[in-house]
Amino acid sequence: MSTYQNTTSRLSILQAAFVIARRDFTAILFSKAFFFFLIGPLFFMLISVGAGFIGAAAADSKSDPTLAVAMSAQDSTRFAQTHESLAEYVRLPDVTVIGEERDRSPEALLADTDSNFAAVLTGTLEAPELSGTEDRIDRWQGEVALIASTAMGEADSYPSVKLTPTDTSMADTRNVNAATATASITLMFLLTMLLAGMVLSNLVEEKGNKIIEILAAAIPMDAVFLGKLFAMLAISFVGIAVWGSIAGTILFLGAEALPEMAPPAVGWPLFVALFLIYFAMAYLLIGSIFLAVGSMAPTVRDVQTISMPATMLQLAVFFLATFAMNDLGSPIELFAVSFPLSSPYAMLGRAAQEAALWPHLVALAWQVLWVGIFVKAGATLFRKKVMKSGPRGAKTGKRRSFLSFRRKDKSQIETHY
Amino acid sequence: MKQPEMDSDTRPLAIEAHGLVKRFDGTTAVDGVDLAVPEGAIYGILGPNGAGKTTTLRMILGIIDPDEGVRKIFGHERPHDIAKMIGYLPEERGLYPSMKCDDAIAFMGALRGLPKAEGKKRGRELLEAHGLGHAIEKQIRQLSKGMAQTVQLLGTLVHQPKLVILDEPFSGLDAINQGKLETMIRDLAAGGTTVIFSTHVIHHAERLCEGVAIIAGGKVPYAGSVEAARDRIPAQVRLETREREGQWLGALPADHRREGDFFYFPLPETGIEPMLRALIEGNAGIQSLSIERAGLHDAFVDIAGAAAARALEEDNAAEIGA
Repeated sequence: MSTYQNTTSRLSILQAAFVIARRDFTAILFSKAFFFFLIGPLFFMLISVGAGFIGAAAADSKSDPTLAVAMSAQDSTRFAQTHESLAEYVRLPDVTVIGEERDRSPEALLADTDSNFAAVLTGTLEAPELSGTEDRIDRWQGEVALIASTAMGEADSYPSVKLTPTDTSMADTRNVNAATATASITLMFLLTMLLAGMVLSNLVEEKGNKIIEILAAAIPMDAVFLGKLFAMLAISFVGIAVWGSIAGTILFLGAEALPEMAPPAVGWPLFVALFLIYFAMAYLLIGSIFLAVGSMAPTVRDVQTISMPATMLQLAVFFLATFAMNDLGSPIELFAVSFPLSSPYAMLGRAAQEAALWPHLVALAWQVLWVGIFVKAGATLFRKKVMKSGPRGAKTGKRRSFLSFRRKDKSQIETHY
Repeated sequence: MKQPEMDSDTRPLAIEAHGLVKRFDGTTAVDGVDLAVPEGAIYGILGPNGAGKTTTLRMILGIIDPDEGVRKIFGHERPHDIAKMIGYLPEERGLYPSMKCDDAIAFMGALRGLPKAEGKKRGRELLEAHGLGHAIEKQIRQLSKGMAQTVQLLGTLVHQPKLVILDEPFSGLDAINQGKLETMIRDLAAGGTTVIFSTHVIHHAERLCEGVAIIAGGKVPYAGSVEAARDRIPAQVRLETREREGQWLGALPADHRREGDFFYFPLPETGIEPMLRALIEGNAGIQSLSIERAGLHDAFVDIAGAAAARALEEDNAAEIGA
């Protein structure tokens, strides 16, 4: 029996992972790779800003939003005339009087793609009724009351404008939420792409340094994988903190110039929190696959070659989630939510569009389970497949036997002579 | 498996392995290896490259799992459970090039549970003690290959392990550093640490080890004490005589061979005295007579075969050439 039979002395998985994470975190933080990681989103922003300018220019070329006036013919005419006289002194929305020959219902007018009606005025001058998107009718109700009051010759009292938000305003909110979902999924995809690339570079460096065997001998491979994944995650949070601070400063300084934006379905604070959590999950899932694939490749070139399918998979997952979020509850969306790799993206899309929180708890538990499975599977594969040793190996041993046999023959001949 | 002498060793075992088998892609790299290494011993695994030394060590360390068989380190079947007590220097040396020397040593210690600050302190002391005090603040990439190897070895020892496993530790070292390493291994064993190392250089095993496992083609045909391995082959007698012919020739064993002025033959089982008497009485004119005990090389040839011995010599020649 050994002297140390009853002694157990090892680091726990988490302690061991921490040792790896601490080393990787420090090394990466002071590397060139991290600098490029930090400025990476700058390129994305430049492209976005460029695209934004083009979009804005396109938007400017369209005519300004117009108020459709669909009251009685007499009231409409008085409203239009008053508008014309007041417009010389105050800034008012453009108005268009709708003739009797057209469908004058607000729904029809707002849906008319040939016009650019942002709101429709019905009712009478004494009791005007304004229909349109919520923010628009909020903004225009004062102007409508002013014109109606002036048209009636009552400078001191203003009629109460009845506001009727239309379906179009709901649709707009949905559009804004969908846009939020798309933007956040895209941002998350770009971040995970950057990180997965970095974790792979880190592993390639490790293979080049041949240090992986020292790690594998000292601590379980699960801990090595976990440590590497979390080091990179911590690095990404440093990056996000830097970008967040810059973005926050810009938003703070230019808050008044920014258009009002409908909040995501779960609200901004929770949405930001969910973005960070789902980003972590998306990265851990794809990162563990990259690590497993990378660690099994015998050479650096092989790492780059076999990481290509993993990158393709990442792209496919992104497209799936982006497509699926347009149709919540559909089979494809449910598939995207359930498939581990697309789940974080699809669930982020949901967070922007649906307020229910319990699906997020279920999805997170599901994703954590799969991170565990991927890390474990990667570590097991590594242990089973990677550490093949011996420059000759048993197969080349056969070659050696063959050579030895030839030499033996030769020596026999020499002895014979 | 025969384990002469060491079988009767009463010391507890640091390493026990029974029937270790490892296959890669259908090829058997290690085929039924048994080992028993007593605590405090210096033990060598001797064999040519590709014989299965590294795979055996990796199984013992838990880097890979055996397909068959069991291994125990200090009685533990899962080597990672006792990782803090083990130091390992792999054959393929690896360090982070951008790390400073003391950080590299501290990191290796941290992997084995040594607190970082303590590891750094000990690392500095070790570097000073081994003549590398000037390199403490240097990055690994700024060191010579030999210095980097020393740093890695110090990292292997910084947590003061009870078992040190070295895979081809002499490979790539010059003669001076090989000598230093031999001294270091002896010092470790003197302090109660078990040292097991693989090598394809017989002299290192012969000079250092009390036990040895000879491995060839994935099998271990011998594992036991070095002395017992040498004793497998009878001692050789070398005799030089003034006379070339005479009746006395009949006193020599039948399997003697003649090379120049010398006769060579195995030491007779009856001892040397009866034959000596016959040679003197037959006026052979004995000029010199010596009894030479078989070396580990002879034992290796006897145990593993001439082909394995030739492979070993080729490996040595290739390394010297490199």
